[in-house]
Amino acid sequence: MSVITAGSRPKAELLQPRGKARFWDREAPLAYLFMIPGLLILLLFMAYPFFLGIYLSMTDKMVGFADFNFVGLENFQLLLRDQIFHRTVANTLIYSFVTVPFKLLLGLGLALVLNQKFHFSRFIRAALLLPWIVPTAISSLAWLMLFDSVLSPISWVLKSWGLIQSNINFFGDRWNAIGSICVANIWRGLPFFAISILAGLQAVSPELHEAAALDGANAFQRFVSVTLPTIRTIILIATLFSIIFTFSDFQLIYVLTKGGPASSTHVFGTYAYQMMGFSALGQAAAVALSMFPFLALFAAILLRFIRADD
Amino acid sequence: MVGSNVFTQRLLKLWIPLLLYAVFLLFPFAWMLIVSIKPDQLLLDTRINPFAIISPTLENYRYLLQETEFPRWIWNTLVVTAGATALSLFCSILIGYALGRFRFRGGNTLGIAIFLLYLVPPTLLFIPLSQIVSRFGLYNSYWSLILVYPTFLIPFASWLLMGYFRTISRELEDAALVDGATRLQAMTRIVLPLAIPGVLSAGIFCFTLGWNEFLYALVFMGSGDMKTVPVGVVSDLIRADLYFWGSLMAAGILGSVPVAVAYAFLVDNYVSGLTAGATKG
Repeated sequence: MSVITAGSRPKAELLQPRGKARFWDREAPLAYLFMIPGLLILLLFMAYPFFLGIYLSMTDKMVGFADFNFVGLENFQLLLRDQIFHRTVANTLIYSFVTVPFKLLLGLGLALVLNQKFHFSRFIRAALLLPWIVPTAISSLAWLMLFDSVLSPISWVLKSWGLIQSNINFFGDRWNAIGSICVANIWRGLPFFAISILAGLQAVSPELHEAAALDGANAFQRFVSVTLPTIRTIILIATLFSIIFTFSDFQLIYVLTKGGPASSTHVFGTYAYQMMGFSALGQAAAVALSMFPFLALFAAILLRFIRADD
Repeated sequence: MVGSNVFTQRLLKLWIPLLLYAVFLLFPFAWMLIVSIKPDQLLLDTRINPFAIISPTLENYRYLLQETEFPRWIWNTLVVTAGATALSLFCSILIGYALGRFRFRGGNTLGIAIFLLYLVPPTLLFIPLSQIVSRFGLYNSYWSLILVYPTFLIPFASWLLMGYFRTISRELEDAALVDGATRLQAMTRIVLPLAIPGVLSAGIFCFTLGWNEFLYALVFMGSGDMKTVPVGVVSDLIRADLYFWGSLMAAGILGSVPVAVAYAFLVDNYVSGLTAGATKG
């Protein structure tokens, strides 16, 4: 095979025999052909259920019953008057936003620590990423036990230090439970911020740092004026990803509280799942669909950042 | 004393913060390990130091592997993730190739659309999807998850592969075209072999994402002996508020090992793939 390094792209089409072969050499038809298998799956199992979900949310369908009626927006009107749903919206927003500053600052800290040169850095880096890597359902089980009202080793340690008298009731009431859930979420999400920011730190120019140091800037000033501008976009993207994934979380809350006590810690996912369990499919679809405007807003913001960066 | 000063600096800037992070991030795993090798009666005695390992035992692991359906769950998860990964890779290589190397009308828009699909969570779709799965008669069948998992695997893998295909020189392919190869031949014989590292990492990510999935597995294959590992552990090892902590934690350790090993090699690729793709979109 001869290697040709022509300046302009050769017109391969002209060199080809006519007929069937030609079709395979034109980019556009081939490109559309290549999209077909993937798009079929995405249409059938994403687009179709999305619209089916909108339809279902406007019916009174129950699991196991063939007959159902179209009820318009009644399900959504019911939700507007539903105390548990109000709490669900509040919980989801608290859960998504209150955890972000912790994950971001602690993740930034970890990234800066890991960005130094030291022995076994590859191994240590991989180990510290474990919380984000293992199945959430499984790591949540570990937290379930760490937060157990009787067996919690956290309570045991605090008691033996004399800081508390009796065991902490981690899931005893709504705010305790939300606090515990947030801690587990921060634990899981922190490494994601750390690796994202760490990847961004690789792009920070050492020359600029040296130049700034020569000009008399101290470490903090160098961080603000040299490092931060470089990793700004990556921080924004990681933050939005984290908000979106936390907003639509299911497993962590399902394992830790199942939405309890007294349905006070539900997020959209767990509340919809519970309604489905009560066989109220139309209502459940309405709960799940209520996430959509929020998700669309987050996605639109994310898209703006990505495009602005081009 | 310059030497001790450097040492203090290292200690303050590196080793002490690293230790604090390690304690917070690895404590739950250490705890799982401790509980998994503890005999039951010691576990429930709250007077004993919970961190003390007295007469360690593998009884919990034996119980898990012999008296529960755990091996079956591992098998189910393997079948489902392998099937979904193969299907997703096939579709994603084609999409990634088209978006990364072809210029065609609507290409950029399709790229953005694929990226947005990655943000669609299972919680939004699982209720109508359960209707579709049951209408196709796929409830409690491997096919339910093999067909549904690609909905989040294809956007992710296509995005990753699109970035990867872009890094492969166009001139090589053009040279083959001039030599009389068809585009398809140029693709399968020149570009694809060069993209094998990218395909491999996309495959491993698909595998781990499938392994970790919970909601779809709970709803579509959550009964009988068709459970996946995360679903089986959560719903079968906790019975009527009775917690078998020892075997639960043993299951946690065994269920985490495959993904932990896979990711350890690839975590750097993951981030650069995700963010490079994202900022170049």
